[in-house]
Amino acid sequence: MTNRLDLPEITWHRVSPRYIAVDVVGGLVFALIVVGAGAAVAYFTGLTWLWIVVAAVALVFVIALALTPRRVRSIGYQLRDDDVLFRRGILYQRFVAVPYGRMQLVDINRGPLDRALGLSELKFVTAAAATGVVIPGLAEADAEELRDRLVALAESRRAGL
Amino acid sequence: MTSFTDGEWHRLHPLTPLLRGGIAFVAILGFFLYNLRDILIEEFFGARSGESEPLVWLYESEYFVLALIAIAVGLAVVIVGYYLAWKMNTFRITDEVVEVRSGIVFRRNRKGRLDRIQGINIGRPFLARLLGAARLEVNVAGQDANIKLDYLSSSAADELRGEILVLASGTRIAAAAAQEPAAGGPVRLLDQRVAELLAPELDPNLAPPESVVQMHTGRLIGSLLLSGFSVFVLALIGGIIWGVAATGSYLFLIGVLPALIGTGSFYITRFTRSLRYSIAGTPDGVRIGFGLLSTSNETLPPGRVHSVQVTQPLLWRPSGWWEIKVNRASTSSAKGAAGQANTTILPVGNVDDVRKVLALVLPGLTDDASVELLTRGMLSKGGDDGFVNSPRRSRVWLWFSWRRNGFALLPGAVVLRQGAIWRQLTIVPQARMQSVALQQGPLFRALRLASVKVHTVAGPIVPSLGGIDADEATRFFREVADAAIVSSTADTSHRWRSSENAPPLPVLPEAAPPVSAPPVAAPPVAAPPAPSQNPDGVGA
Repeated sequence: MTNRLDLPEITWHRVSPRYIAVDVVGGLVFALIVVGAGAAVAYFTGLTWLWIVVAAVALVFVIALALTPRRVRSIGYQLRDDDVLFRRGILYQRFVAVPYGRMQLVDINRGPLDRALGLSELKFVTAAAATGVVIPGLAEADAEELRDRLVALAESRRAGL
Repeated sequence: MTSFTDGEWHRLHPLTPLLRGGIAFVAILGFFLYNLRDILIEEFFGARSGESEPLVWLYESEYFVLALIAIAVGLAVVIVGYYLAWKMNTFRITDEVVEVRSGIVFRRNRKGRLDRIQGINIGRPFLARLLGAARLEVNVAGQDANIKLDYLSSSAADELRGEILVLASGTRIAAAAAQEPAAGGPVRLLDQRVAELLAPELDPNLAPPESVVQMHTGRLIGSLLLSGFSVFVLALIGGIIWGVAATGSYLFLIGVLPALIGTGSFYITRFTRSLRYSIAGTPDGVRIGFGLLSTSNETLPPGRVHSVQVTQPLLWRPSGWWEIKVNRASTSSAKGAAGQANTTILPVGNVDDVRKVLALVLPGLTDDASVELLTRGMLSKGGDDGFVNSPRRSRVWLWFSWRRNGFALLPGAVVLRQGAIWRQLTIVPQARMQSVALQQGPLFRALRLASVKVHTVAGPIVPSLGGIDADEATRFFREVADAAIVSSTADTSHRWRSSENAPPLPVLPEAAPPVSAPPVAAPPVAAPPAPSQNPDGVGA
């Protein structure tokens, strides 16, 4: 696939493979709720076309779940000297570069599944809402170390807004 | 007059309660006078005109004295309340912060850092203007992050604005004091009021005249008439005529009458609010002022513009008019001219006006090559004109605009050009970019295209460009990501005068040791090596 975007000079850090489990279970729960609710409505109304819609939605979920390992493998980050690079997505690829000086705060989130597997999610916040850099599936200790390092880097390169 | 910037606590203008409660006071007074008139007429002439006014009824009832006492007590409470509120509402301005305390029962304290000031707004509603007062609002970065000083005396507000900006600019207060003009001799109060009322909205001494952009009245009217709203009104009128012709009945004209009156008043308000519009470059930022009866002006210090967009609505194309919007980090409660969002800094102007305003808000882009490129960005039909445009294969996606759709990198700024029918040009100063993104979906992948986005603070402008050749987009991403670091390191505009009489800020420390495992080709670092303040990450 030559058409794919790539930054060949970057060696990406990948997230923990354990995050695949988190993503799959989360997706599965969501899919079951949506499909279950749709199926219940279809069952009680007895509409045939609604069953078709539910089946289509279920199929989309199955495909999405099957692609989860690849999607998780596509997530990568790299801390360069002055900025952090982030990538994710296979069908919709996205690369973001955020200078350390632009970081306003760093969040660490842990969902119940993350906690069970000892993972954390790191989120960078800049003054722009669109930046949207969230690195999931980091080992807890790594995430905290990364956060402290990022805060220190941001402090040493602080700029105006 | 004592200076407000001495770091002590000060009170607001004594007429503040009257001005804040302004309209309500006048309305209540009017109501009383109107009703009392009937009573007075009856007292003196024995004639009755009103039938059932509440005051007349009260006057005749046995509770009259009781009611009078109640009113007096109520009035006293209101007056004491307002007095206390005024007394408790104090502010101070130190070298670092502007701080306001207010509230009687619920105390409130608000502090804003001077180097985070995004703009200072001075509003003068008509009543306040008559009484020589003005409302000053300091906007700090963030949502609803405004520090209001309403009201101050009119001249004090102007002075204070200047002083705050001088403090914020990074000059020392001693140097600032030397710059202050000597006050004139005592002027008679009434003369002063009249002079203030008749004075031009923009003080001619404030800005060099060649930097001032005024809005021509004819153009203002034209821009109002050639708006989307006018198209809607015309369609409505057409519909009405058709309706009358079809039904032969004039009855439903009555129904649309209020709508027509509303339309008329809409145009008139917009017109009067935009009269005397001017943009001028003062030493401490771009000043935008407008208004005939109620006036308002705002100063944007240098480096507070996060992106600029020049657009041309289709209807304005024959007359060659443009509109300029900006993204800013603060949200002012004051409206812009014509009740538009105050992010619209030039509601209408021709190409020359646009050039002037761009030179004001982007002072780094005033060299000939940049100005020429920006002009081509507005007017060019595309082709080989200094922009990296979309390739021919992108016309599947960009039917008409593929020739024009492109980007250019200027020293210190990113320029994105879009649209062949609705032409627009977006300029983002590199020192203000928050991050940059490169994206590709399945359609673009099939066409070997990609889109780029530059992230800035939230505002009306979302700088992004789709349908660019994938390799060019990748190059854009790399170059802009590097340029963002270089520019933001070199940028000192948050303390825009700090280089004038203070030693330059210590150069930022050299990059910390490589953070991640394999060191990669680092982008060129702007700053020369300097003693590192922070050699290792905390958790390293």
